[in-house]
Amino acid sequence: MIHHHTRRRLVGTLAVIPLAVLAACGSDSNSASSSATVAPAASTPIASGGTTNSTGDTTIASTGSGTGSTMATASSTATSAGTAGTGTSSSGSIALPDLSGQTVNVLAKWSGQEQASFQKVLDAFHDLTGATVNYTSGGDNIATVLGTAISGGSPPDVAILPQPGLLVDLAGQASLKPVDDTVGALVDANYAPVWRDLGSVDGTLYGVWFKAANKSTVWYRPDLFDQAGVKVPQDWEAFLAAAQQISDSGITPIAVGGADGWTLTDWFENVYLRTAGADMYDKLATHQIPWTDPSVITAMDRLVQVWGNTQLLSGGTAVASQANFTDSVTRTFSHDDQAAIVYEGDFVEGVITGNTDFTPGDNADFFAFPSIDGSDPAVMGGGDVAVMLKDDPAAIALMQYLATPGSAEIWAADGGFTSPNKNVDTSIYSDDVVRRSAEQLVDASTFRFDMSDLQPAAFGATEGQGMWGLFQQLLAHPDQEQQIAADLEAAAKQAYAG
Amino acid sequence: MTAETPPDSVRSTGARVGRRQLAFGIVLLTPALVLLGALVAYPVFFTIGRSLFDRSGNHYIGLDNYRTMLDRSSTRTAIGNNIVWVVVAPALVTAVGLVLAVLIEKIRFGTAFKVMIFMPLAISFLAAGVIFRFVYEQNPNRGLANAVATAISGLWDHSGEYPGARPSSDQLQASGSAFVGTKAVPTGMTALIGMVGLRPAAVPSRATAAAQPAAAGDAIAGTVWLDVGSGAGGTRGAIDDGERGLPGVEVQALDGSGHVQATATSANDGRFVLDHLDPASSYRLRLTASNFDKKWAGWLWLGETEVTPIGPAVVTISVIIAYLWIWAGFAMVVIAAGLAAIPREVQEAARVDGGTELQVFAKVTVPLLWPVLLVVVTTLVINVLKIFDLVLVIPQGSAQDRADVIALELWRVSFGGARDQGLGSALGVLLFVLVVPFMVWNIRRFRIEQR
Repeated sequence: MIHHHTRRRLVGTLAVIPLAVLAACGSDSNSASSSATVAPAASTPIASGGTTNSTGDTTIASTGSGTGSTMATASSTATSAGTAGTGTSSSGSIALPDLSGQTVNVLAKWSGQEQASFQKVLDAFHDLTGATVNYTSGGDNIATVLGTAISGGSPPDVAILPQPGLLVDLAGQASLKPVDDTVGALVDANYAPVWRDLGSVDGTLYGVWFKAANKSTVWYRPDLFDQAGVKVPQDWEAFLAAAQQISDSGITPIAVGGADGWTLTDWFENVYLRTAGADMYDKLATHQIPWTDPSVITAMDRLVQVWGNTQLLSGGTAVASQANFTDSVTRTFSHDDQAAIVYEGDFVEGVITGNTDFTPGDNADFFAFPSIDGSDPAVMGGGDVAVMLKDDPAAIALMQYLATPGSAEIWAADGGFTSPNKNVDTSIYSDDVVRRSAEQLVDASTFRFDMSDLQPAAFGATEGQGMWGLFQQLLAHPDQEQQIAADLEAAAKQAYAG
Repeated sequence: MTAETPPDSVRSTGARVGRRQLAFGIVLLTPALVLLGALVAYPVFFTIGRSLFDRSGNHYIGLDNYRTMLDRSSTRTAIGNNIVWVVVAPALVTAVGLVLAVLIEKIRFGTAFKVMIFMPLAISFLAAGVIFRFVYEQNPNRGLANAVATAISGLWDHSGEYPGARPSSDQLQASGSAFVGTKAVPTGMTALIGMVGLRPAAVPSRATAAAQPAAAGDAIAGTVWLDVGSGAGGTRGAIDDGERGLPGVEVQALDGSGHVQATATSANDGRFVLDHLDPASSYRLRLTASNFDKKWAGWLWLGETEVTPIGPAVVTISVIIAYLWIWAGFAMVVIAAGLAAIPREVQEAARVDGGTELQVFAKVTVPLLWPVLLVVVTTLVINVLKIFDLVLVIPQGSAQDRADVIALELWRVSFGGARDQGLGSALGVLLFVLVVPFMVWNIRRFRIEQR
């Protein structure tokens, strides 16, 4: 009854429509590239110092003393061939060679505003050496982008990695080149020893930490603290009491972004670093002690004091489980006062500025993660490490440059940046909130890297699995500490075996 | 039509062509073969091969990836959800599309409606996912679904005057939304009931400074007040300067067996008097639930509670509804085209013979449309098996784990933190194996129809 032609044409169309629709979705390209466009000849002095002398060599010197250092002009005695230091070794001063005509390719995850700021850092390097710098943004998939580039035989000269785990992986595959002693000397002069360890594999230094994050910052609403009559708490008991008092004043205070598992592991890591101490933290991070260790349960007990308390947890378990990191920040910094406290790293400031109309330093502020049972000030954090994939003079010079305070100060002045370099002049930071956070980071007697980033990625950084997934379970079921600790141990075992 | 001509002519003349013509045919086919080989055959075989190697890709591990895959609870969740998708989504979309097509055919400006219903298909899935993430937001002030739900429930659901408030002392314990005293109060005594957990701004403007209760012989007198003044806290349990009474709070006196013996409502200064009580007895006080009832805040659309004891979770159903929104237009347009091709005489004949509209629809229209409906369903089944984007975008965090499907799991394993592309390839092969039967069936039916 149905005419043959009509039907055939119909079926033909059918086959085409879904294909066209499916082909149109799912393209997700977030890599962008740009390159330095400043002409090599234009070696004008950059804002924070650094000049070119007649031979084309440029010297950056950092004094490494007192209030920190800035790039200072030094009389250049280095030969044009040399990449070695000028001799004032402990201060970490270097002479960068003339690299006109050479090209250095750099890959990092930064895009948008961060890319623009990092580009300024690279432009300054270009001005100092004449080298052309090509920057490529790998976005959040930088591990995949870099892996593909290495397999394809064309790795970048320098890559900036978001996790130490990736550095260990790549060093193990012999994809990285160790940095030489000139860089090593700069690292020793400018960084706390922990950063050298974090950039090394089996004692060989591969990485220079360029950017850091202080993840021991608790952000709060000063106006709501005043309204409830509470002060910034120094220790855990005072923290809970303050939260309770704010709750009594009608605002369920603590926002948690449990949809992002990493916010929960960051909570745990801060608590564990304080209840168990740095040595135990190192052992747990490398799985020398099992997750069923009593120290883990102790830390979970503390966490549950917040996560399992409906009077403190803003929106209750349901909302806390479904809110992502950004939601938890906007929930706190909103004019309907849905929460007063949100814990996460210094990058919360960027979300406050970008997604709310609150102003950090004015009606938004932070305090250091409270001490527990008298624990010493400790900072848990993260960072981005520069590594070298090719052993050429331009790459070495860039690594040297990134290890000096001068390079970090360029971005620091721009904002949205914390440097782990202890000789960075903190007065350069764009605002007071960043400055305090950066000072806490470099001044901390104990600094530990984000534990989940030190784990095999299958355990420490996979959606719905391992640490991320199981701490989400703890948020949803605060009464199942033992079971979750056992599950963590099972997942860790599997990840360390594979 | 043109697309079907070359194979026909090749088949009919193929036996008699000379060698030169054969060579010419191969030359013509080469570009297509190269493209197919590079873009389809090679990736398929590479994926199968890759699935036999470990994460680094350097060590052959046989079928270990497949074993790991089936051991993982997340894979099982994903397979279970895929089954739900395949069973529910194509049938639902086709049914809705059919009803829409039949109805729209009968109205004026049908084309305008068709365009509107078809329009979601023009939006990228990612964008549609983002839209639905907002629709499903739990907060009724932001989520459309709950805004509608609470607006409707608000017609009869009223909150108490003090939702969220709670006693400052543990001498009153929560019992549902109400609070009941733990100890009995003898008649003639007074009771101070301080409340916290309430924003100062939530106290009604008629409230005045809280006053001390005045004891009476046959009564229990008391005060209900907000035990946090503005600014600093003051003393808990005592009426401090600046603290205000809570007017309109219903208080009851319960005797030993739990019966209500007196009911009172607090005045503007927070004072209440439960009188006509037995001077020799003591009573427990209850602040009734009506004071504290919270308004229903809508459903948790992306929640993880199971719809039936064996699943799926609410979140999966919510994502399927978003899928329906996108694809109903496709089903409708295709079915409407089929409908237009049905000879009218048959329907008319059925109507003349006294068939009701429903009978005509069920006994005449649907059977005639059957081939078209099958095409729509099988197309959707294949499409649904590899559903990915909506599940990636709409649910977040642990809800996403609960709504996981195979294609998403494949992506999470391969490109998420673990970057285990061996295991990811194994999942890819699994997905491939699941799709193949439907493809074969589709192609065979297609062939039969052509003959």
